[in-house]
Amino acid sequence: MKILMKGNEAIAEAALRAGCDCFFGYPITPQTELLQYMAKKLLKSGGVFIQAESEVGAINMAYGAASCGKRVMTSSSGPGISLKQEGISYLAGAQLPCVIVNIMRGGPGLGNINAAQSDYLQATKGGGHGDYKVIVLAPSSVQEAVELTMKAFDLADKYRNPVMILGDGMLGQMMEVVEFDDSYQPQKMEKPWAVTGDRNREKRVTNSLYIVPEELEKHNLKLREKYKKIKENEVMVEEYLADDARVIFVSFGMCARIVKSAVNRLRQAGEKVGLVRPITLWPFPENELKSYASKEEVEFFIDIEMNLGQMLEDVKLSVEGKKEVHFYGRTGGMVPTIQEIMDFYYSLEK
Amino acid sequence: MKFKRPDCLTKESMHYCPGCGHGIIHRLIAEVIDEDYKESKIIGVAPVGCAVFIYDYFNFDFVAAAHGRATAAATGVKRSIPDALVFSYQGDGDIAAIGTSEVIHAATRGENFTAIFVNNGVYAMTGGQMAPTTIPGQVTVSSPYGRDPKVQGYHIKLCEMLVPLDGVAFVARTSIHNLKNIELTKKAIKRAFEVQMNNEGFSIIEVLSNCPTNWGLSPCESMKRIENEVLKYYSLGIFKDKGRGI
Repeated sequence: MKILMKGNEAIAEAALRAGCDCFFGYPITPQTELLQYMAKKLLKSGGVFIQAESEVGAINMAYGAASCGKRVMTSSSGPGISLKQEGISYLAGAQLPCVIVNIMRGGPGLGNINAAQSDYLQATKGGGHGDYKVIVLAPSSVQEAVELTMKAFDLADKYRNPVMILGDGMLGQMMEVVEFDDSYQPQKMEKPWAVTGDRNREKRVTNSLYIVPEELEKHNLKLREKYKKIKENEVMVEEYLADDARVIFVSFGMCARIVKSAVNRLRQAGEKVGLVRPITLWPFPENELKSYASKEEVEFFIDIEMNLGQMLEDVKLSVEGKKEVHFYGRTGGMVPTIQEIMDFYYSLEK
Repeated sequence: MKFKRPDCLTKESMHYCPGCGHGIIHRLIAEVIDEDYKESKIIGVAPVGCAVFIYDYFNFDFVAAAHGRATAAATGVKRSIPDALVFSYQGDGDIAAIGTSEVIHAATRGENFTAIFVNNGVYAMTGGQMAPTTIPGQVTVSSPYGRDPKVQGYHIKLCEMLVPLDGVAFVARTSIHNLKNIELTKKAIKRAFEVQMNNEGFSIIEVLSNCPTNWGLSPCESMKRIENEVLKYYSLGIFKDKGRGI
């Protein structure tokens, strides 16, 4: 059945359907409806919902519940995610599954509450301390947000790793028609590491402390192996009219949707352009971009973002200098229009 | 009575400095669990600070939290497994400075776990810096001229702060500077765990402890210091026991 839902609420509903047992959050615009939806539904269904005293409190409650093997979610927006970074590093260090939603707003600092893609670097490059990675999924529609939220719980459990849903204020606030697959059943995974308090077995400890340097190095190398496996198996990317394209647009999330419309218009005007949209921002689809960069007919790339070029480094690294990468972005909560994108394209063609 | 190692302590040698109070307090917790909770689910939440390796010394499950966040982590743990006996074990820097917000709100929410708060008046693991609980006049490496309330502010009395909160069921301050008070500390732990298992709300025991290393005193002198100096600023007793009308 198709229903009209606000992005934030659709993500919350998807989480519930994915078996989310516990939600810990703190209000911040533009993600608050997610918390409100959880408040309404989770307690009634016997789950745990706490509006924490701060984002720091929320992520550390999530750490505690994730330690117990629960399916756990927390959500916030840029400034709040900055506060959660401490806990995200600990979750990654202790190898705990947790789904973290970041409905981005403009930054830095208090910035504003408009749609922006200002947290790409923070999400994909760490944010917290230490050598760790978070799987980052970037939906470009409410329907996709639903599907990726469900997948996020499975990925988090599968790899015992935090997974972030990275959307922007537009995704959180807009209403779209969504369809939930009623036959979907959340994957139940054994968690032989979970702290349950049971005294009839070897004790279990969830911890990120390895005081002996040799042991910490071993732990970090083990994490690296895990991240390598994630890179090999979990890259998701949408390639749109890119097969015969002469110019490849790269864009993610809601911004990519506007770019897609620009690609359609340019195609109508006879321009051979296409779009490559990373769905996983980490692991980044570097091989896919690299293969386009190696194609003779591809002349250059255009990266479009709602920031000042945070993904640009990843695009350039993937392209390996084989082709030029141009950048156009709007910042401060400004959303590029189809016309602006087309104008930028034509300005390069001159 | 045969004197033996409590069953729920591992055989691991503790890393604490000679004469440190953590060993005594660990043992008291272990004795209470052996006596009253032999079959129960138990989950400890470890702090950052001297007791960071506490999970090595007990043979039940532990969650090791970030500095100051043990009461937030314990909230997540207890809400996930409500029938377990859950306690956080935290020093003064952990619970009364960086973790003040977390403990006040866990207490306000009436989270049904027990915080065991070991107050030795210094950040011991990082080398004896001034803690929120450092008493006026006390010399530490970061209050080298002695804590002057006009400059560094006053010492924090966490127990007294928590008593008025509705979610709080049990608050006690005890000490381990002599046998009588060690026994009273054990009783307080016993009662706090009982309050928790009766689902009455948040329980906390502040245990005045010593730090011979950072106080620059022998173990015996450090116990005397608690009695002669620390107790002037921190009164002992059960400040609140909702179930018994205190």
